[in-house]
Amino acid sequence: MKTNIILAGVGGQGILTIAAVLDTAALASDFHIKQSEVHGMSQRGGAVQSHVRISDKEIYSDLIPKGKADMIISVEPMELLRYLPYLKKGGLLVTDANPFVNITNYPELEKLYTEIKSHTNTILIDAKKIAKNLGNSRATNIVLLGASASQLPLSDDSLKNAIQMLFQRKGERIVNKNLEAYNKGKEIAIATI
Amino acid sequence: MKKLLLGNEALAQGAIDAGISGVYAYPGTPSTEITEYIQKSKTAKELNIHSQWSVNEKTAMEAALGMSYAGKRSMTVMKHVGLNVAADVFMNMSVSGINGGLVVVVADDPSMHSSQNEQDSRYYGRFAMIPILEPSTQQECYEITKYAFDLSEKMELPIMIRLVTRLSHSRAGIKTGDRTAQNKIKLPTNQTQFQLIPMHARGRYQHLVDIQGGNRKSSEKSPYNTFINGDDTSMGIIASGIAYNYLMENYEDGECPYPVLKISQYPLPKTRIKSLFDNCDKILVLEDGYPFIEEIISDFLDEKRAVIGRLSGHVNRVGELDPDSIKKALGFEVEKTEPIPEVVSGRPPELCVGCAHRDLFDAINILGKENSSQKVFGDIGCYALGVLDPFASIDTLIDMGASITMAKGAADAGIHPAIAIIGDSTFTHSGMTGLLEAVIEDTPITVIISDNSAIAMTGAQDSAASGRIVDICKGIGVNKDHLILITPLHKNLQNNIDLIRNEINHPGVSVIIAQRPCVQLPKEKKDLLRKIKNISLN
Repeated sequence: MKTNIILAGVGGQGILTIAAVLDTAALASDFHIKQSEVHGMSQRGGAVQSHVRISDKEIYSDLIPKGKADMIISVEPMELLRYLPYLKKGGLLVTDANPFVNITNYPELEKLYTEIKSHTNTILIDAKKIAKNLGNSRATNIVLLGASASQLPLSDDSLKNAIQMLFQRKGERIVNKNLEAYNKGKEIAIATI
Repeated sequence: MKKLLLGNEALAQGAIDAGISGVYAYPGTPSTEITEYIQKSKTAKELNIHSQWSVNEKTAMEAALGMSYAGKRSMTVMKHVGLNVAADVFMNMSVSGINGGLVVVVADDPSMHSSQNEQDSRYYGRFAMIPILEPSTQQECYEITKYAFDLSEKMELPIMIRLVTRLSHSRAGIKTGDRTAQNKIKLPTNQTQFQLIPMHARGRYQHLVDIQGGNRKSSEKSPYNTFINGDDTSMGIIASGIAYNYLMENYEDGECPYPVLKISQYPLPKTRIKSLFDNCDKILVLEDGYPFIEEIISDFLDEKRAVIGRLSGHVNRVGELDPDSIKKALGFEVEKTEPIPEVVSGRPPELCVGCAHRDLFDAINILGKENSSQKVFGDIGCYALGVLDPFASIDTLIDMGASITMAKGAADAGIHPAIAIIGDSTFTHSGMTGLLEAVIEDTPITVIISDNSAIAMTGAQDSAASGRIVDICKGIGVNKDHLILITPLHKNLQNNIDLIRNEINHPGVSVIIAQRPCVQLPKEKKDLLRKIKNISLN
C-alpha cells in the first residue's frame, strides 16, 4: 500500500493542520510517512502545497512524482488545479468551492468549476459554509479532510484520535467542533459521490 | 513510538543528544527550525543549552568557536548565504582547528524558494578543507549529527552538515537514541592553536594540509558512504544526499539495476569511486545543487572518462532535483501528465493585510511620482516583496545590509534622492557599519529603518534591534535633527510623506525610523513591545 496526497491552498489557510492529522494518524498506525511542506517567503499569501506520502514500505522521495498523486485535497478551487500535473489518471479531487481572492487577475469562478467538474472523480463542496454552520469556520480544512476520509488508507478511529490529540490543548469545545466538522465532511462526501 | 520530526528538527534533536552546550544562529529559511526546536526543548532548558538568537551568522559562528575553545560542544546554524557572512571565521577556524566538537549546519536552497541564489555550501567545506556530511533522510539527520560531533573531536576540525530545503522541511517518523553527557570545561593543551599570527598560522595550515589524508580515510570507511550492488554495469551511479532518494523513487522498492555509490560524507572516497569507475562503462552523478562531485571526478580535458550529470547537461543544471527531473538520465520515458489548466493564474507571495510596510511603500511611491530620479535601495526581509506589484517600490535587492551601502555608493555617483529601506533586524545584522560610513562622510542619503520589532519573514523571531535603534543611531553619530520617528499608518500618510520629503531634501544623512509592530506578532509580544518602546528622541 502506498498513498500519495497533495494538499493545496494559500499560505495561512490551514493545510499544515490537515497534514498534521494525516501524519499523526499514519504514525500511530505504524505506517511510514514523509510529508514535505513550505516555509518562508511563499507562506505570505502565496500558493502553498504539502506532499504527504503514507506507505507500509520504505518511502524514498519526500516529493511525489508527477502523475502519481492518488488525490489532491485543496482548501481553494484554483489552487486545486495548480497541481493537476501530479494527479494520477482517475485520481480524486477534493476541494472547497470558495475562492481566496488576493490577486487582481483571479479567474472567473464558473470557469474553475467547469474545469474541476470535467474530472470524473471530484468532490466539490462548500466546506466553509458547513464549518460555519457548525459554528467554527476555521474548521473548513477538517471538513475537507472528512470528505476525503473514505479514500484514505487510515482508519476512522486513527483520524479521530489524531484530531483529538492535535486540538487537545485548545480545549474540549474545539476538539468537538473539529470532530463534528470531520463527520459532516464524511457525510457530505458520501452524498456527493 | 517514533517522533514525527522535520529534517531540521531531527538534526536539532541529534545535537541535543550529542551533548551540545550551545547553538548559535541567525534565522534564515530553510534553517530556522533547527534553533527554534532547541529553544523550545524542555531537555535543552534543563541542560542549560544556550540557544538565544545571535545578531548575525558571523557573531554566531565566533561564539560557537569560543564555546568550543572552552572544550564544550557547540553548533552554529545558518542558511547558505549566511555562510558568506560568516566566511571569515569559517575559513580561519579550520586552520586553528577546534577543541570541543563544533558542527556548522548550512541549509542550502536549490530552486531559491526563499533566497537570492542557490549557492552550494559543499564548495565552502572543500575550500576550508574540512569534512562535509550530507544526510539523505530525516533519520540520517538525527544520526549524522551525533556522528559529526564525534568526528569533529576526533579530527580536531569543525564539521559541516549540509542540508537542502526539501530535507529541512519534510517530516518523517524518527527513532531517537541515547544522549551523550555534555563536556566539562577543558582548555586546549596547545597554547598556540588559537593564536593565528602568521608564525603560528603557517604551522596550523601545514597541519591542516597534513591531515587531509585522514579526512579521506574517514570518508572511505564512513558508514554513510554506502555501495549498493547492481548487475547492469553499463552505468554506475553516484548519488549524494537527497538525490539518492529521488534515484530510488524511480525503481519499485528501490531496486535499481545499476551499481550505486551513495555519498553522504566528503572529501570524496577516492578508492570507492575508482572501483565504480573500473567496473562500469559510464558514471551518472546525481546531486542536488551545483555539479560539485561531477566537476571533481570529470576529466577536465574530456579525454577518457564518461561522466554525466548536471554539468554534461544530462540532468537539469539549475533548480532543485526531483524524482521526475532525473528520469531521462536514467533512461526512462518521461510520461506526459495533465497540464496546469490555462485558467489558473499565478499567486505570488504578498505582504500581510495591515502590514506596516504597505503604508511605508504607499508614501515612498507618492514621493517617487514627485521626483522621477528617486532610486530605492532595498534589503532582505518581508519588505523585499515591495519589489513586486502592486508596490514596485524597490530598485535593488542584493544581500543583507546592502541597502544603505548601495545607496551611499549611488549617492557618491550623483544619484538623488537615494533612499535605503532596511528592516530593524537586518539593520543590526549588517546595516550599522554601512550607516557609520555614510555618517562619516555625511553622504546625502535617506535611510528608512522599517522597524516592525521582529525577524518577520522567518516567523517573527525576536529582533536584536527591538527598543535599541534610536540609541544605536545616536551612538553612530546620526544628527539628532535628522533622526525622525514615524508611524506608518494610512491616517498618517500625508504627514509621513512631508517628513520623508524634508529629509530627502536634507543634504546629508537622515535616518527615519518607521515604527509599527509586525501584524504576525502574538498579542502578548505586542503589549510587551509597547511597554519597552518608551523611545524618546530627546
